[in-house]
Amino acid sequence: MTAPRIHGRVVAALMLFAGFALLPLVAWLADDPFLVVIGARILAYGIAALALDLILGFGAMVSFGHAAYLGFGAYAVAILSRFGITDLGLHMAAAVVVSAGFALITGAISLRTRGVYFIMITLAFGQMVYFFFTSLSAFGGDDGTGLRQRSTLLGSSVLEHDLVFFYVTLAVLMALFWLAHRIVGSRFGRVLTGIRENPTRIEAIGFAPRRYQLTAFVISGCMTAIAGVLLANQAEFVSPAFISWHRSGELIFMVVLGGAGTLSGAIAGAVTMIVLEEWLEVFTEHWKLVFGIILVLMVLYSPRGITGIIERLMRGRS
Amino acid sequence: MSRLTLHDLCLSFGALKVTDHVSLAVEPGEIHAIIGPNGAGKTTLIAQLSGQLTPDSGRIELDGSDITHLSPPARVHRGLARSFQITSVLPGFSVLENVALAVQARSGSSFRFFGRVAEEQPLNDAARAVLDATDLGDRLHVLAGALSHGEHRRLELAIALATDPSVLLLDEPLAGIGGAEAERFVEQLRARKGQLTMVLIEHDMDAVFALADRVSVLVYGRIIATGTPDQIRSDPAVRAAYLGQEEAS
Ligand SMILES: Nc1ncnc2c1ncn2[C@@H]1O[C@H](COP(=O)(O)OP(=O)(O)OP(=O)(O)O)[C@@H](O)[C@H]1O
Ligand SMILES: [Mg+2]
Repeated sequence: MTAPRIHGRVVAALMLFAGFALLPLVAWLADDPFLVVIGARILAYGIAALALDLILGFGAMVSFGHAAYLGFGAYAVAILSRFGITDLGLHMAAAVVVSAGFALITGAISLRTRGVYFIMITLAFGQMVYFFFTSLSAFGGDDGTGLRQRSTLLGSSVLEHDLVFFYVTLAVLMALFWLAHRIVGSRFGRVLTGIRENPTRIEAIGFAPRRYQLTAFVISGCMTAIAGVLLANQAEFVSPAFISWHRSGELIFMVVLGGAGTLSGAIAGAVTMIVLEEWLEVFTEHWKLVFGIILVLMVLYSPRGITGIIERLMRGRS
Repeated sequence: MSRLTLHDLCLSFGALKVTDHVSLAVEPGEIHAIIGPNGAGKTTLIAQLSGQLTPDSGRIELDGSDITHLSPPARVHRGLARSFQITSVLPGFSVLENVALAVQARSGSSFRFFGRVAEEQPLNDAARAVLDATDLGDRLHVLAGALSHGEHRRLELAIALATDPSVLLLDEPLAGIGGAEAERFVEQLRARKGQLTMVLIEHDMDAVFALADRVSVLVYGRIIATGTPDQIRSDPAVRAAYLGQEEAS
């Protein structure tokens, strides 16, 4: 909570953003345009991990159903496009409205429980959404459906260019990081973080924890939906696979890997997770096993994730 | 009108009657001490007054209005604050942040998402004033989790005071501190005497007899006597049930 540490994390995020901004240049020098494609996927997951960190890291709410919001975002693109509505802003607005409603209802119910029960109940709601979309035969059911085109931006189809899409996604990530950073440092954020620290004390000084937790839950769901809109566009494809519980678990991994409750760590976690995934896949078909080992080591030796390692290195130097 | 009134409160945990027909009236401005042996049900009684527990039967009134079924936060907004026997602070927050958050609870909406709370001077100033008065003015930016035991106890008090209560419920504020530090603590409580009403649970008899206007003795969930410190000291039933025991041990 102390000021220098928070400042350090903003600097870390700015460095990450600068790195992303240079990625297309690296791709061009390395003559590997695929880097930009992976880059956009990382950015979209970065948004989702950031959103999850807001409730997991700051509000101590481990949602195991957050992929549902990726699904609302992705299917908002597919469904609205089918009806001729292709505007990115409208896709995002629809995804956010649906997600807000869903988060409000399921959050109000889930927050009646705590700890492992909260995890299980959010998982159950996530699976409900998953099965709903698998039964949507007009959109390919289990198999999903391809998008005929990416969302349009102010009536133009510039997002078809991977480079433009990459920078638009980067801009969205930066904007949402800024938003999350402001929320965390606000009056609301202080109450939310206080609930994580000690809910009994927060009640005893006059705050009703659930109202704050539910609000954060809704904000997080809406931000994740925006990630879903971008992911569908990146893949030019939507399917219930976006919503499976594996995906929810991966989002949790990203946050924990990066260091929960740090915001910039969540983005670093998304980068690490997807880079490792792509990289390990080349070496071994058992990459998931290797990945599991890395995670276990991380949790054992650096409970604060990548952020913890970097902070320790920085302290060692100064 | 009494500030805080307990009408025939009862609470059982299974077969154990922890609160057994307790009635009590706490007058405005008084320090009302509740003493009693370990396990007498003192903490459980405080938890019912502050709303963490609901009595099985009976009624609690604050300034004449029934608060028996209000939630803990709603009671805080009516002016009822508590401290905990086992220190309960926000360990990852600085000392200043712990107290500023308690100030925030009573000053305007906390559904504000953009302004930086760390830069809200009115919150910080009010928190500093309370921390200066509890001798923590030079520990503002230390993490609460890193404080010494005595400092923890003072922060516990500061947080409760920062909610600006009219009634303060103190559950063994001196637990684990002694000597000069305890004397200083008693001074700080005495300084507030008359400005707010206090229900003080305390094992330290010197502190109780130095501070209390009236004392109630709780044994096995039952109030066996209420009176001035002098009356309590000389009450044979109290001596038998409690004070004698204390002297013997
Ligand atoms: N949640 C609970 N469930 C069952 N029994 C409980 C519970 N809380 C407290 N008790 C029991 O109720 C009795 C009163 O406990 P309480 O903590 O109120 O005592 P106390 O007077 O505060 O004691 P101390 O001086 O040790 O703090 C004890 O026997 C305790 O074991
Ligand atoms: Mg007790």
